Amino acid sequence: MPHTIIEKIISAHGGGPNPRPGDIVWMNIDYRSARDFGGANVVATLQEFYPDDPIGDVGKTYFTFDTNAPANTIGYAENQHICRTFARKHGVKVFDVDRGIGTHTALEEGLVWPGATCVGTDSHFNILGAIGAFGQGMGDQDVAFIFKAGKTWFEVPPTMKVIFRGKLPANCTARDLTLKLVGTLGASGALGKCVELGGEAVDSLDLAGRITLASMATETGAISYFIRPSVEVINICKELTGRPDCAPVMPDPDAKYCESLEIDVSNLEPLISCPPNPENVKTVREVAGKKIDSVFLGSCTNGRIEDIRTATKILKGKKIAHGVMMKVVPATREVYQQMLAEGLLKDLFEAGAIITGAGCGGCASGQVGMTGKGEVQLSTSNRNFKGKQGAGETYLCSPVTAALSALKGEITAG
Amino acid sequence: MPIKPTKLSGRIWLVDHDNVDTDMIFHNKHLHITKLAEMAPHAFGNLEGWKDFPQQAQPGDVLVLGENFGSGSSRQQAVDCFTALGISLLIGESFGAIYKRNAINAGMALLECGGITDSGLQSGDVVDVDLSQGTISCKTKEIHLKAKSFSTVQMDIYQAGGLFKYGKSISA
Repeated sequence: MPHTIIEKIISAHGGGPNPRPGDIVWMNIDYRSARDFGGANVVATLQEFYPDDPIGDVGKTYFTFDTNAPANTIGYAENQHICRTFARKHGVKVFDVDRGIGTHTALEEGLVWPGATCVGTDSHFNILGAIGAFGQGMGDQDVAFIFKAGKTWFEVPPTMKVIFRGKLPANCTARDLTLKLVGTLGASGALGKCVELGGEAVDSLDLAGRITLASMATETGAISYFIRPSVEVINICKELTGRPDCAPVMPDPDAKYCESLEIDVSNLEPLISCPPNPENVKTVREVAGKKIDSVFLGSCTNGRIEDIRTATKILKGKKIAHGVMMKVVPATREVYQQMLAEGLLKDLFEAGAIITGAGCGGCASGQVGMTGKGEVQLSTSNRNFKGKQGAGETYLCSPVTAALSALKGEITAG
Repeated sequence: MPIKPTKLSGRIWLVDHDNVDTDMIFHNKHLHITKLAEMAPHAFGNLEGWKDFPQQAQPGDVLVLGENFGSGSSRQQAVDCFTALGISLLIGESFGAIYKRNAINAGMALLECGGITDSGLQSGDVVDVDLSQGTISCKTKEIHLKAKSFSTVQMDIYQAGGLFKYGKSISA
């Protein structure tokens, strides 16, 4: 029987020889993590049900503190310390508040690989589809169960296929590609489905671009996007994991898809999600001229060194517009170190930006501040729901659009 | 194992909005809360027009919800805040994938029923529901609907009172 990527991954993880959409199977999980958000509840649940022996396999289990790092509320500080104390007692590794976003750290540390199954208390865990791994954000009950049992139940999702035709224009990035898809599918266009992405515009993306593209699956309701790893991506994974046998999981040529979609991107323009939701996508041109008060560069969508390089290239030697506050948050400590080594910290500082330690940034509970009522924020993050980043209005765009707009003090495509 | 009723009856609240995300259900400023009872006052705290819901809701009430309910983050509190209020059942046009898992794992009864928000049911109506058959009936209005019935795994977890209790029951 022919299979899609998710069916092959499920099958290789205990889901039987022939998993079909709608089947409910038990699936073994290779990488298990909880973060400061949800982590304390995971600990509480484990202590209630398995006080003596809560962890099935410490070698596969991690805590990652990224939501509010370092904690700026007492609640978060307490939750982080509940996790730390539990982890010390049971020998579980903690990537603490200095390390950055959990999914990105897992990639950099070589703890995940193409075809791996990975869970965490982060709804953007499916970002790991960027390397053809299956990541899934789950609630703290689910994650606690997996910490102990090493597996969970899963309903095999149907898969749809999206092909991007044509070459991405030079003024567009992976961010515009993923916004195009959110705008096309809408908030529930891929609800409960996996989506295999292909076509020239996808195949040519580097790893950072693939991370950006894969990071907005949740905003279309998808279980996960999958991007078939290129030779370059496989080589990176081999090096990071130390696994010479890293290989892509490919769909069978005659695999069954519930839906197929083609999107021509040869005439794509820079795009932007307008308030109050990610699917409200317009061209940057349509909203150009809108005055802005603040800019956030970072998040799991656009916090890689490549994103920060791109923005810094635009900002270097110039000044952010008077009255505009720009906040830069590297995705991980490794990205931060690279910014230091390349002199990007100095360039950004001199342009007038605020730079903080690694983490999720503005996405949850204000690691770098929230927006006030009436404030207009441009953000490279992935959600702009009403009230999420404060009372202000948040627009979602690429690092290029963010940097160009920061200089001008208004939304611009340059 | 205690057997929970698979037939229940309750007063409904029609939340006729699609894509209600977890920040509208349980805002991220309350994420540090881990105690069930403390979650109750924040249910729908960021959903326009529903801020007094925690004061109005009664144990046993049923929520009738739009498409893609609970999209967004993975926070369990967005389910647990309803458990804390004693909500007995969630019936949605459809649910966000993570939200659906969280509800099932927490032992919250959940049904998916396409068309329910346009069926004529209004807040205050009382429905009789059979979880194993997926039938929903409002006698006073002669509205009868068919939802996708519970899967075996879903019923096992519901009966056990949550994923962990279910896990204990199969590993013991």
